[in-house]
Amino acid sequence: MVRCFLIHTVCGLSALGPGDSRVLYSRVFGPDPPEQSQNQDPEQRRLLQKERLAVVARQVRSAVSLSRDASGRQLVEVVPGEEALALQEADAGVARLRAGQPFSGEMSALWLSILNLGFTLVCEPHDNLLLAEGTLRTLARLCVEHLHMLGQGSEVLLKSNRVDFMLSRLLPHGQLLFLNHKFAQSLEKEVALYMTK
Amino acid sequence: MYSHGSESLIKQARDIHESELQKFYSRLLKLLQVKDFGHEAVDLLQRLHLILTATKFTKRLPPELHNKIVSLISSPSEQFQLLGSAVLRETLPSSDQDMNYIQNHPYVKNSHGADLLLVQTSSTTSLSHFCAQLLRSLESRHSEALSHSQTHTLPMLSTILTHRPECLTEEHVTILSKKIVDWLRYASITQAVSPGGFFSGSRSRQPCPIAELDGSVSGDFFTVLCVGQGFTEDQWMNVHSFSILRNWLLTYHSVSNSNNTADTAARLQYSLSLSHSHSLPNDDRSVDGSVISMVSATSSSSRLLPPKERLREKSFQYCQRIIEQSDRKAQKRTDCDLQKACLVEAVCILDTLCLEDCSLVYRVFPCIKALYGRLSSDLSYARVLLPIAQFYLNHGEMAAVDCECMWQLVFSRFPSELFNDPLLAHEFLRFIRQNIQTLPSKVPQYTQSFPNLLKFLAWDSAALVDDFVDLLPSMVTTGTAVELLHTLLDLPCLSATLVLQQRSVLLPITEPSARGPQALDAFRNPTFRGLFLFLLRNEAGSGDTMDRLCVLHELLVESADWPRVVQCAQTVPVLLHIFFNTVIKVADEKLLSQLILVQLERSGLLLQVPNYMNEIHRVFSHHLLKLCKLHLSLVVDQSHELLDFAGTTANVFNKEELYTHVVWVLGEYLSLSCDSRCSVRHITSCFEALEAVLFEITSSAPPPGGMCPNPRVITTLMSALAKLASRSHDLIPRVSLFLSKLRTASRGGSVTWCSDDDDLIAIVTRGEELWSLLKTPGVAQSILTPPAHVTKPQWHRDTNVAPPLQLRTLTRLTQPQ
Repeated sequence: MVRCFLIHTVCGLSALGPGDSRVLYSRVFGPDPPEQSQNQDPEQRRLLQKERLAVVARQVRSAVSLSRDASGRQLVEVVPGEEALALQEADAGVARLRAGQPFSGEMSALWLSILNLGFTLVCEPHDNLLLAEGTLRTLARLCVEHLHMLGQGSEVLLKSNRVDFMLSRLLPHGQLLFLNHKFAQSLEKEVALYMTK
Repeated sequence: MYSHGSESLIKQARDIHESELQKFYSRLLKLLQVKDFGHEAVDLLQRLHLILTATKFTKRLPPELHNKIVSLISSPSEQFQLLGSAVLRETLPSSDQDMNYIQNHPYVKNSHGADLLLVQTSSTTSLSHFCAQLLRSLESRHSEALSHSQTHTLPMLSTILTHRPECLTEEHVTILSKKIVDWLRYASITQAVSPGGFFSGSRSRQPCPIAELDGSVSGDFFTVLCVGQGFTEDQWMNVHSFSILRNWLLTYHSVSNSNNTADTAARLQYSLSLSHSHSLPNDDRSVDGSVISMVSATSSSSRLLPPKERLREKSFQYCQRIIEQSDRKAQKRTDCDLQKACLVEAVCILDTLCLEDCSLVYRVFPCIKALYGRLSSDLSYARVLLPIAQFYLNHGEMAAVDCECMWQLVFSRFPSELFNDPLLAHEFLRFIRQNIQTLPSKVPQYTQSFPNLLKFLAWDSAALVDDFVDLLPSMVTTGTAVELLHTLLDLPCLSATLVLQQRSVLLPITEPSARGPQALDAFRNPTFRGLFLFLLRNEAGSGDTMDRLCVLHELLVESADWPRVVQCAQTVPVLLHIFFNTVIKVADEKLLSQLILVQLERSGLLLQVPNYMNEIHRVFSHHLLKLCKLHLSLVVDQSHELLDFAGTTANVFNKEELYTHVVWVLGEYLSLSCDSRCSVRHITSCFEALEAVLFEITSSAPPPGGMCPNPRVITTLMSALAKLASRSHDLIPRVSLFLSKLRTASRGGSVTWCSDDDDLIAIVTRGEELWSLLKTPGVAQSILTPPAHVTKPQWHRDTNVAPPLQLRTLTRLTQPQ
C-alpha cells in the first residue's frame, strides 16, 4: 500500500528557505498506525501528519538537487507543447526513509522530478517498486497534461479535485494496480471525461 | 511551473482574515442550499479546500456548513463527492453522528465517503460493522451504484487488513478468500460486449475470447496480462485481486488462527493426491487434468482444501500462468514494463507461499529455476532477478539446489555493470540489508565482494551512504580489513574512474589534445590500464593496494572538482569512523599495528579533493588515539615507523593534525609501564628525533609564502620531550636548556616562528611550567608518567590505596576527639 502521494517544489524559491519545499498537493492513504495515534486529539494528529509530509518533501528535495548536481545536467525551460519531452527527460530516483524519520516503519520515497516540480510516492517495504515507478510516471503525465503544470497557472492548487479523481482511479485507497495498456486506456478515458467538467 | 502567482495564492489563503473567512463561509452555504450546484459552487469549494490546506493548523467549519458538506458525500455527482470528502479530510473529523450517516447511506459504501471513514474513524466496532457491510455488498449479485462500486471494495478491505486487522473476523477473512479465489481463477474469458456500435444490427454479437499481450488468442484463464476491447466486472475484480494478493497473503497468515485438525487432514489428503503427479510438466493447463485423473472421487480435489490452502493453490496456479505469459513478446512498451512488474510480484508471492507451507517448495522450485534460466543472461531483467535471488536464499538449501551461478551473477555482474541504475541500487542494497544475518554464511563470496559493492556508493554517494552505514560493519573481516581500508580511502578515485568509464563509452575517441580532458586520455591509454583495472576489480584478495598510487592521483587531478567525486569524498570520513569502530572489536594487535601503518603511509597519498585530506587526517587522529589507548604496547611495537613520521619536519606543516597526535601518542605511551620492551635506547632515540624537529621549527622564520607552525604542535612537542625526559633523567638538562633558551628568546618581544603574541605567551607559559616541573625529577616522573592505576577511580576512593585518604584516616585516629 502506498502511504502517501505528494506534489511539491524541488528548486530554490526566494520565498522559502534554502532547503525548503512547498507542498502543492498531498494525499495520505489509510489511517495512522495505532501506536502513532494513541493519545492525540485529531487536531494534533493532523498537525503531525502535515509536518511529516513536509519532512518527506524536504528530503526528496535535497535528494533531487544532489542527484542533479552529480549528473551535471542543466535544466532547460520548457516550451509549451514539449511536455512529452520534459516527461521523458524526467529524473527518477528513490530515497530511503529510515524507521522513525518520519514514518514509524521504514519506507521508500520514490520520486520523479520534472524541472522544478517533484512527484513523490512513499511506498512500504513490500510494495512492488517496478509497478510503483510505472504508476508514478502515469500520474505525473496525467497531472502535467490535465493541470498544465508546466505552464504559469496555478491549477494544481485550484483544481485539486482532478488529482483526487486520478488517484481514485489509478491508486484507489493507495493500492497499486497491475494495469495493462487496455485497462489503463479505459481508466484514462474516464479521467479525460472527468476533466471536461 | 511553480510560479509567483501560485505562491501568492497560497499566501492569500493562509493570511485570510477571520471576517473575510466568515463571509466566504456564508456565501458558500447559500450556494449549497440551492438545488442545482453550478460551477461557482465547485470553484468556491476548491477555494475552501485551498484555504484549509494552506495552513497546518486546523480550522473548524461552522456547523451548518459542515453538515451541508457532509451531505455532499451522497450527492449523485462524483465531482461533489470528491470535493466534499476532500474538504472534510482537512477539517476536524465529524462526530459519530456523521460517521453513522456516512455508513448507512447506500451510495456511500463504495466511494469517496468510505475513504473518509477509513481515515478518520478510530473506533473498531464501527470499522467492523463497515467491513461486514462491504462484504454483504460483495455477496449481493446486483449493484445499481456506480460502475466501480465493487472494485473499490478490495483495496478498502486490504487497507483495513493492513492497518486494523482486528476489525476483520475469521469469518470475514474466509468469505473474502473464497471470493478472491473465484475472481482469480474463474473470471470470464470472453471480452465484454460493448453496448451496440454503429454497425450492430439486430444480429447478436458473438463474444470473442480475450487475447494475450502478443496478440494471440488466450487459451487459459484470465489474468492481468490478458487484453480485450472491454472488460467485465469480474475481470476488473481479477485485476484487483491480484493487486492485493501479496498483501493479503502476508497479513492473512497473522490474522487467522493456526491450523486445526480438520485443516491438517485435508491438507494431507491433498498433498498425497499430488505426490502421485510429481513430475508435472511446466504447462499449467494440464495440472488440473492430471490431478482429476488421479483422484476419481471428486471433480476437483482442490475443493477438499480449507479456504486458506485453496487460496494458496490458486495463487500458485495464477503465478505460474503469469510467469508463462511473461515470456510472450508484448506489442506495447508499457506492457513490457508491466510484465516485469508482474514477474517480480509473482516470484514474491511464490516465495511467501513457500514460506507459509514448505511442502510447496518442491513444486515451485522448478518453475523458478526455469525462469532464472530464461532471464539470467539479460541484464535488463536485473530487478526481476533480485526476488529470484531472495527465493534461492530462502529455499535453496531445502531444495538442495546449487546457487553458485546465482551469487556469481548477483554479486559480480550487477554491481559492475548496473551501478548507475538508482532503483536497482536501492533494491539491491535493501536485499542485502534484509538478509544481512544469513548472507555471510550462505553466500561465501559476500565478504570478498566489497570492491564491487562499493561501486554503487562511489557512483551515487548521497542517496546510498545511509545504506552503507548499515552494511559496512558486515564487510569488515580480519582477512580483508587492510584492503578495505585502502579501498575506502580510494573511493573518490573509484568514483572518478566510473565517470571516466561512462564517458569513454559515450564520447568518441579523438586525438589527444592539450585542451581535452587528460584524465579520459589516461583512462584509454594502455600504459595505465592496470591502475584503473585494479580500482574496478570485482573481488578482494588480489592485493591490498597498488604500487603506483601517486601516478594514479596525478592522472585524476582534474577530477577533484567533479560533483560525483566531491560528494563521494564527503562520505568517506563517515565510513572510516564506522570501519575503525567495527575493526577494533574483531582485530588482534598485529592487525591493529598494520592499520596504524596504513594510516601513516596513506596520510600523504590521497586524491587532492579540497578538504578531503584534512577530514581524513582528523578521522585518523581520533582513531589512532583510541587504538593506542586500548592497546598500550602498540606504540612501542611501531615506534620505528612512528618516529620516522614524527622526525620528518615537513609533516609539521602539511600533516599537522596527524603529526600532533603522533607526537602526543609517542610522548604518552613510549614508556616502560606500557610495554616492558621499552628501553632507554628507545626513549633516547625518540627524544633526539623530536628535539631535532623542535629546534628546526623554532630557530628560523618559515620560508617565504609558508606559514608558521601551529602553536599546538610546538607545545605538544615540548610536553612530549618533557615526558620522555622524566623517564630517563639524563635527558632533563637538555630539555631545561631548550626551555630556558626559549624564555630568553621570547623576552626580546616577537619571534620569527610565531606570528601571534597571545600564542607566544601561551607557548612560553607552558615552557615555564614544564621547566619548573623538571627541576624535581621525582615529582616530574609521577606527574608526567603516572602509573596506570591513577586513571582508575578506585585509586582515588579506596582508603587502603590512596595516600591522601590514608593520611586523613591517620590524622583522625591520632587527633584527640
